[in-house]
Amino acid sequence: MFRYQEEILANEIKSIVEKYGNKRENLLRILQELNDKYNYLSEQVLQNVASCLKISPSEVYGVATFYSFLNTKPKGKYVIRVCKTIVCDLNGKDKIINTIENELGIKVGETTKDGLFTLEYTNCMGMCNQGPAMLINNDIYYNLDPEKVVEIIEKYARGGDSNVD
Amino acid sequence: MEEKYILLSKNFGYQQSKLNEIVEYTKKKLAEKNLTGKVAVKLRLDNYYINEQILLSILPDKLHYTKVDFKLIDEIIDDYLINGKIVERNRFQCDELLNRFFENFGDYNYFNKQLRLTLRNCGIIDPESIDDYILADGFKALAKMLTKMKPLDVIEEMRKSGLRGRGGGGYPTYIKWTNGHRAKSETGQKYIICNADEGDPGAFMDRSTIEGDPFSIIEGMAIAGYAVGADKGYVYIRAEYPLAIKRLENAIKLAKENNFLGKNILGTNFNFEIDLRLGAGAFVCGEETALIASIEGRRGTPRPRPPYPSIKGLFGCPTVINNVETLANVPVIILDGGDFFARIGTEQSKGTKVFALAGKVNNTGLIEIPMGTTIREIIYNIGGGIANNRKFKAVQTGGPSGGCIPEDFLDTPIDYDSLIHAGSMMGSGGMIVMDDNTCMVDVSKFFLDFTQNESCGKCTPCREGTKRMLEILQRITEGKGELDDIEKLERLGETIKLSSLCGLGQSAPNPILTALRYFREEFEEHIKDKKCRAHICKKLIEYFILEDKCIGCGACKRKCPVNCISGEPKKLHTIDQSKCIKCGACFETCKFNAIIQR
Repeated sequence: MFRYQEEILANEIKSIVEKYGNKRENLLRILQELNDKYNYLSEQVLQNVASCLKISPSEVYGVATFYSFLNTKPKGKYVIRVCKTIVCDLNGKDKIINTIENELGIKVGETTKDGLFTLEYTNCMGMCNQGPAMLINNDIYYNLDPEKVVEIIEKYARGGDSNVD
Repeated sequence: MEEKYILLSKNFGYQQSKLNEIVEYTKKKLAEKNLTGKVAVKLRLDNYYINEQILLSILPDKLHYTKVDFKLIDEIIDDYLINGKIVERNRFQCDELLNRFFENFGDYNYFNKQLRLTLRNCGIIDPESIDDYILADGFKALAKMLTKMKPLDVIEEMRKSGLRGRGGGGYPTYIKWTNGHRAKSETGQKYIICNADEGDPGAFMDRSTIEGDPFSIIEGMAIAGYAVGADKGYVYIRAEYPLAIKRLENAIKLAKENNFLGKNILGTNFNFEIDLRLGAGAFVCGEETALIASIEGRRGTPRPRPPYPSIKGLFGCPTVINNVETLANVPVIILDGGDFFARIGTEQSKGTKVFALAGKVNNTGLIEIPMGTTIREIIYNIGGGIANNRKFKAVQTGGPSGGCIPEDFLDTPIDYDSLIHAGSMMGSGGMIVMDDNTCMVDVSKFFLDFTQNESCGKCTPCREGTKRMLEILQRITEGKGELDDIEKLERLGETIKLSSLCGLGQSAPNPILTALRYFREEFEEHIKDKKCRAHICKKLIEYFILEDKCIGCGACKRKCPVNCISGEPKKLHTIDQSKCIKCGACFETCKFNAIIQR
């Protein structure tokens, strides 16, 4: 059974690699797609990519760990990235972080036990005039205050991931 | 109430008596035709803009005329006001760009001091419609170039314009293009890269430009491609900008469908294609050699220059890398000419610059000003002054590579060289305004924390030096600073500046060095008196309960996470300073303002 799963994984990766082309220069894009697909890049995934591209696994690992949007450890289904940049900071980022930490019962950098949420800091995402801001997967939320954050998180917890205005 | 206005003004220095005659004549003529009461005649301020004698505008119809004489007044009143036929004689078309913008936004204070070239279409056209862009003169520059200009003509036009790279460095764009044009490629392949990896904290110009007007980037890249001799372009854009990515993808698709990209563009033998590459959350990838490494699928680490990318860049081929804002300016220069562009700005810095105005001002947002505007004008006129009527303390430009400019330098004109002189730099255009609630040590710590985190780790001065500097700053904010710390910071900073490999390291100490230059006494206060005047550095704050205000409600006592507040109900409470963790919970809880920071 286990071996069977491994084969499926290898085939999936192979087809994604082939989609972009078997070239070294496509490594980053391949990893980005795999990261979206599997939510993180396990050792097994990285090794498969390396053998498809015929480069050393350490090189693939090096790229995967360099970029902060590529995960080499499992993350929650929804990754909450709160902007830590100075403007959001001046506008009360700490309160947002405290609220999320209380709401989810985790600290920055941790994942909830049910595997739903991961809380992280991120660098400026260019919403400085409307800070504080955060990113949940690919959706941006701005002009946040503690009540709004609770509302947004509850919405995700219920399974809806559409934008809250 | 009149339905229409006729506004009359004269050029500065032109005879006043002549204007009065015209005004009297117009009034008389209107009265004759029974239009008094329907059309008002007003004077407006002298006009500095056009050298053509008397000017006349009809509002709200937005018709403008020059060289006004009695005959023209007759024509306007008879033909237009009575019969509704627009008089074309002497009708004046000012620069279309300016005109279009002011027609839409000229009434707003926020926009009055601005001049929009880069953002000419933002907020005016629908960014997802190619028809809108074409209606706003889109791709006209591309068509003009392909039919009338040779690559060297394009470069010559860029030289005349004096456009300098808007990514921060300020390197003249035409030199990059000339080098790219001259460079020999073994395979014949050359590339254009648009750097949209805008990572500076507090900067969002590129995001807004792409979200508001993605087609202008495409047009700019195609023009660059033609000038340099490249047929392939990449846009390297941050993954943090999902909407910008979506709009750009859509714009590239539409441009391809309409033959503004692809093979044989507009029926000529010029081919150009654009591909998107997404970043993955690494600030250093905004550095051009790191960006190239990232597109090649490697770790985004910089390499020493020379060879410069324009000689040997992506996949070893000549590559011209331009910032989003630079490229958005290119169609304007080609369409309206380099001379038009060079009229705007200062001697050494031409054109306009987009800034992301953020922080403690009343109006935040994206602004575009002609070079040479002073910082004071930006903050107090466009920004509407400091929020909550607080006092101005400093303005941070240039992000983690720039510095904080204090009040004394508020009258500095914005251009590349003056800002460097003031100890900061243009950078990509982040402008963060800070009020007196900001602690400069904390701000320096923030920027250093940022660069330290984002250092790629390749060269030692940057990797280790920023770490050590951060440790020292951390100590100072915790009240454990020592007297020689300031000197250590300065020495380390200078070393890092001199010996780092790329721009990130070379500029990393700037925020703290300028803070030391202008706000030294704040650092000394932190070290000697263990005080933070802005009450930001938590470890240096002490919370006290005021005897005359405390009513003994016990709210603070219940909130305190470490139980360091004691006191009987309805009696004065006290805080045990040795146990206090300075979380500030009591301060926020107290409804009677009985708890103070000091």
